Amino acid sequence: MSRDESEPATDDQVRYDQARYVEDGQYEPLLSEKDRTRVEIGGDDSPLPDDLTRDSLELPALSEPELARHYTRLSQMIYGIDTGPYPLGSCTMKYNPKFTEDVAALPKAAVHPDRSERSTQGTLELMYRLQDYLGRIGGMDAVTLQPPAGAAGEFVGIRVAAAYHEHNGEGHRDEVIVPESAHGTNFATAALGGYDVVSLPSDDEGRVDLEALEAALSENTAALMLTNPNTLGLFERNITEIAEMVHDVGGLLYYDGANLNALLGRARPGDMGFDVMHYNVHKTFATPHGGGGPGAGPVGVVDELAPFLPAPRVREAGDDSSGSEPAYELFDPDHTIGKVHGYQGNWLVLVKTFAYIARLGDEGLLDASATAVLNANYLASRIEYDVPYEPFHHEFVASAGDQDAADVAKRMLDYGVHPPTTKWPEIVPEALMTEPTEVESKDTLDRLAAAFNAVAEEDDEILEAAPERTAARRIDQTAAARSPRLSWHALENDAS
Amino acid sequence: MNGSHATGSPYAPYTDDERTAMLESVGVDDVEELFDIPDDVRFDDAFGIDARSERETRRLVRSVLGRNDELTELLGRGHYGYYVPSLIDHLADRSEFLTSYTQYQPEVSQGFLQALFEYQSLLVELTGLEVANCSMYDAATALGEAATLAERVRSTSGHRILVPDLLLEGRRSTLENYVAGTDLKVETYPTDDANADLDALADAVDEDTVMVYAENPTVRGTIEERLAEIGDLAGEADALFVLGSDPVALSVLQRPGDVGVDVVIGDASVLGLPTSYGMGLGLFACREDYLRQVPGRLVGAGEDATDRRAYTLTLQTREQHIRRERATSNICTNQAWVALRTAMHAAYLGPDGMVDLANRGVTRADDLAERLDGIVGVTAPTHNRHHLREFVARVDQPARAVADDLEKRGFAIHVVGEHEIQVCVAGVPDERIDPFVDAFAEVAR
Repeated sequence: MSRDESEPATDDQVRYDQARYVEDGQYEPLLSEKDRTRVEIGGDDSPLPDDLTRDSLELPALSEPELARHYTRLSQMIYGIDTGPYPLGSCTMKYNPKFTEDVAALPKAAVHPDRSERSTQGTLELMYRLQDYLGRIGGMDAVTLQPPAGAAGEFVGIRVAAAYHEHNGEGHRDEVIVPESAHGTNFATAALGGYDVVSLPSDDEGRVDLEALEAALSENTAALMLTNPNTLGLFERNITEIAEMVHDVGGLLYYDGANLNALLGRARPGDMGFDVMHYNVHKTFATPHGGGGPGAGPVGVVDELAPFLPAPRVREAGDDSSGSEPAYELFDPDHTIGKVHGYQGNWLVLVKTFAYIARLGDEGLLDASATAVLNANYLASRIEYDVPYEPFHHEFVASAGDQDAADVAKRMLDYGVHPPTTKWPEIVPEALMTEPTEVESKDTLDRLAAAFNAVAEEDDEILEAAPERTAARRIDQTAAARSPRLSWHALENDAS
Repeated sequence: MNGSHATGSPYAPYTDDERTAMLESVGVDDVEELFDIPDDVRFDDAFGIDARSERETRRLVRSVLGRNDELTELLGRGHYGYYVPSLIDHLADRSEFLTSYTQYQPEVSQGFLQALFEYQSLLVELTGLEVANCSMYDAATALGEAATLAERVRSTSGHRILVPDLLLEGRRSTLENYVAGTDLKVETYPTDDANADLDALADAVDEDTVMVYAENPTVRGTIEERLAEIGDLAGEADALFVLGSDPVALSVLQRPGDVGVDVVIGDASVLGLPTSYGMGLGLFACREDYLRQVPGRLVGAGEDATDRRAYTLTLQTREQHIRRERATSNICTNQAWVALRTAMHAAYLGPDGMVDLANRGVTRADDLAERLDGIVGVTAPTHNRHHLREFVARVDQPARAVADDLEKRGFAIHVVGEHEIQVCVAGVPDERIDPFVDAFAEVAR
């Protein structure tokens, strides 16, 4: 097949060809197509009686060199931050500093969670210091590191709110209010917590509609979940009033930390009146996204909610004159909700988080937000698509107008850039939600803008045929969902 | 040309000239003008966190973590430290794997999608169930997800979730949180010599039971002998039979799909991750009947515009970003990179290596139990069962004192009762076994 079907619009465009392997008319074979070996289990070779074992196991048996090649090829068929710009709105795809991998791989980071506190003082100290860092950054009084992702942090927030209300004899509160433009996890988390979700429309300027909020609030309100700046990148200017309104009816204010990268050192959720928040460390603090995870979603709360946080947390041990006692210890908060993870969450991710914050310090964190906001504004100033809502901060939502945003995204792949988040939030038609982060240079932003603008000029035929230069061409996701084939076993059943 | 600003983030490249040009293009004089933050919530203070060079930061972390003692860990109970081959670190750390995110654009994400498809296939082979998702956070949250799935798929309402009385506190407590927003109640059934007490379980299961949970091996390392009967008990009550296990155990133990298991959960990162303070990988596999109710992401095979096989996230209408409050779970960011490592480790071992690793877990645990049993004041194993990689032993001395004394000699073990300790051989190098037995003999008598 020709790979020159539609050259980029101008000569100065980046032309991108992702690695593509084709063998016998198929892309890179599955491990199972390279080898299948069946091993019989039981009999004299087995240390267990046959009635406790399975009969056989059939898996690929390949050499280390073959595997090295397989996985290297697979990696070449992936676009990551280190490949090029990745302005995926709401996901804060920053560069992940390499040294954080090294510190997480330190042999002394590899400890078992059931070890004694005495023998794991280093781990406890790091956790304690990270709790402290995060508390300062968010303006929160107490922090738990246990939630393994942002949505898990939201769940902690909702469970803490439930426990708090229950403790105050207000267990009847059964509603959580969520703005229509919020992350899908907010709705799903509230529902998982057993709450009725009350959806809140935006006002004409894209912010919380105070009249609608007034109408939604009641003695049944357990919490309002809010992202600030919101998913349009707009700061909720009425945040103090919103907090008062929520608190007046006895509700709690939850901060979704997905967009914290906009505000570092300039405004803190705790100072805005939020009672509980989660931090997305894989966003704000640059831990790798790893193709979908692991992240971590620590949760900070005000003093009043600290007794309800998950167990255990880390604190400094009381003074002991002998001097031989451990300096840090685990403890269970008085009215703890218990656990939301089998152990202490994604520990290795927390090590990377600590290292990132310790590396940047106040100056670096302040600059990260300033540059993230400048980059978003600069990029927006350079693209031809309309950006209906402003003033935005670290991200903006452009509209693809008459073009289909999903097609725009596919075509952008051919220009060697990752596209924005598409078709969301729905308040902007054909939304292109764009977050370049602070790590892109002016040159890169110029090339990114050029890619946007080139695609903006292209006709539907080209867009619908895109992408052409990627490892696979346009994939029919509807057909894939209609007849799900989720394993190599299913593929073989299908073929036979 | 890009340079790093003297006092800013080392990862935010620009020069002063570029910055000026950018501000001009935006139409402001100062970047602070771009922050639309009312004065009353402006933060004018400092965090008080000092910036450090990369070298200083590495030294700081090394020095803090240096306060962890170096011990030989004979620890398990849900988190295992099998040796992870170098291949996995080197290939999983490739930038493309590490620095990409969820595969919303499958055309540029084929490599990760294929690796996750292969991970799902590995679990299908191991469990004998048709569907495996591409990760939950850990075993405890996977158990919670299984409970909410059980409630959704059952034709009539029910309230009871039955779990063994020995269930790990972390799993039990997490499960309680997951069902707190439902009408489900978690109840325990007794164990007999560490395995499920079938008579007691038969009495406990009724038509109000939506889920029966068991583990193989159990938290005390014993191998369940009557899985099919547990499955029958659950099946008769129209309850889901959920089994906790892991890829090493599943390599040789009875295949869940053959003994009536509906859902398998567990920690899949026993392969692929070194000991990491409990960080895990939630395994979640189930029968095809529940496909539309599965939590988390699924990778499916489809075709691209050239009719070649390609991979994509599929059945996304189950997920929070589309279905919102009616989603099957709130999970978004998951443990994909750990799943990649697990799939790599399994591929490295191959079927022979997987079976061998599991079988050595049986024989090495047996051997160690026999040696400890030879020490005056020790009975090992406590339970008259087959064991995989760990076992409980009775010590005449207070177990706490035995563990403390062993720690002083460089070994970590579990205390599971006043006179009960638990030891695990997974990942313990052969050459550390003799010194451990010697140390044990010194402290246990």
